[in-house]
Amino acid sequence: MAAVTALSETPAAASAGRPSGMQTRRRRRLNVFRYLVFTVFGLFFVLPLLAMARFSLEGAKLGTWSLSAWRQIASFQGIGVPPLLSAIEITLELAAITCVVTLVLLVPTMIWIRLRVQWLARTVEFLCLLPLTIPAIVLVVGLGSIYNRIQHYELSALMLFWVYVILALPYAYRALAAGLNAIDVTTLSEAARSLGASWFTVIVRVIAPNMRQAILNALILTASLVLGEFTIAYLLLYDNLQVELYSISRSTPNAGVIFSTSFAALLFAFVLLLILSYAGRLRRGRG
Amino acid sequence: MAVAATTETGARPSWSGRRPSAPAWAGTVPFFAYVGVFLLWPTGIVVVDALKNPNGSWAFSNISELGDPLVRGYFIGSFKLCLLSSVSGAVFGAILAYAVASGNPDGMVRRLYLAISGVLAQFGGVTLAFAFLVLLGPVGLLFHASWYFDFPWGIGLIYTYFQIPLMVLVFLPAIDGLKVQWREASENLGASAWQYWRYVGGPLLAPAFLGTTLLLFANALSAFATIEAWENQIAYIVPQQISTALSSEVGLSNVNVADLLALGMVIMVAIVMTGYALLQRRAARWLR
Repeated sequence: MAAVTALSETPAAASAGRPSGMQTRRRRRLNVFRYLVFTVFGLFFVLPLLAMARFSLEGAKLGTWSLSAWRQIASFQGIGVPPLLSAIEITLELAAITCVVTLVLLVPTMIWIRLRVQWLARTVEFLCLLPLTIPAIVLVVGLGSIYNRIQHYELSALMLFWVYVILALPYAYRALAAGLNAIDVTTLSEAARSLGASWFTVIVRVIAPNMRQAILNALILTASLVLGEFTIAYLLLYDNLQVELYSISRSTPNAGVIFSTSFAALLFAFVLLLILSYAGRLRRGRG
Repeated sequence: MAVAATTETGARPSWSGRRPSAPAWAGTVPFFAYVGVFLLWPTGIVVVDALKNPNGSWAFSNISELGDPLVRGYFIGSFKLCLLSSVSGAVFGAILAYAVASGNPDGMVRRLYLAISGVLAQFGGVTLAFAFLVLLGPVGLLFHASWYFDFPWGIGLIYTYFQIPLMVLVFLPAIDGLKVQWREASENLGASAWQYWRYVGGPLLAPAFLGTTLLLFANALSAFATIEAWENQIAYIVPQQISTALSSEVGLSNVNVADLLALGMVIMVAIVMTGYALLQRRAARWLR
């Protein structure tokens, strides 16, 4: 929190960046208001995370410190649930599979639509954004019969990727659309085609490499979505990381390991998303 | 890879005209097939099943079951929670967004708060309930809030944790769209700060504010993981009751309860999102 307030103390820069014609007195009052707001909201955002971090370091006796909850992540075995580590593994594998399938499904389709079938653009956009408005809990009600059929062939929780791709569509679509808007798809493809490239080459070797940043963004958003997914896995009776944490919290209330694992997962997602915002800034800096 | 291969076969340039080839839209078939099977079909199943009897005949009268006092209770619970968390999230989020927007547009604070908002707007789920449990719950480190398990106050507070960041993300562009010239013009004409907000800034931001509030409402409506981890013994809101209905088919007679509740949610979301779209269009008129 100290860092936030310290960083925000640049009134001169602030007013220079936005000349608003206010008198000095009013500007000072505005700055007091801003610091107050930043401090209060900063505390609101940070305190729950701090509490969770503190709890993950709780020793056997209340008020002592210990790393045991963090060591337990690798070995924890709850009552009546699979080992924690296997749930973590499944979730990471799911994230990887979902990322790959989403990209393979979406990138060629979106490029192809830009190039050849523009009249479908609105339909595809609508379908991609639709999962934002259909709650996951509604989707899961209708998915029951489809997953019954899938379970005839394969029981693994990895089969969740089929529906996770749908959940990831809106985020991946928007990231990729931003990337496609930033490059001149038509010129690139005409240049490649007139040099004799096949459409496959145009898409995979000419246009896709030019939107590497957008693809990275889509990957990160998809992965962080899969890491946090609970509703569908829980209701279709699969065990992923979130469901496992939930079951542990039910069978062993206040087990330290759920806080250390949650915190680790959260840090992982934070790092992923910070990479995203940092990479985005680099691109803006160059362009 | 299958997708790319398909697009290639559908890819004969139209100007070559040597032999007939698959039409260009064939390249999009994999996408439409996938979305059809895993998005449109399940949604269709929900709607159709909600309107059918177990024996398969159509029964549009099922809709009236939504008016059943018990069922209505869950919808009222959902409505209360969404209203509380979206209105408080919108108000506090707007204050924070204004504080962010009035600073240096390339400043560190703005970048930091935008990055944090981007992360926290996605941060829901089981973990969020854990975090608040150890902050305010019975074992809370900060204090033991007696209202922590009260509906909707305790869970409403938890929801604002992801609603405020979402508000900042969506509302900030609207505040940025307020032109400095408008403020200067009103000051030159002798308007006070209050008059500026009452007659210029407020009316300009109102559609964007209301629209984003509706977006937050829809966001809270579909949240399930957080409340399930907060309290799983009592069902307060529709998603919880859907979950109960899915695991045990008791409740209303001869009606597919889960399907019906899900249909009710789809209707609710559709209304809210239509309002959002209309207000966004209105907001875009001035703030571009």
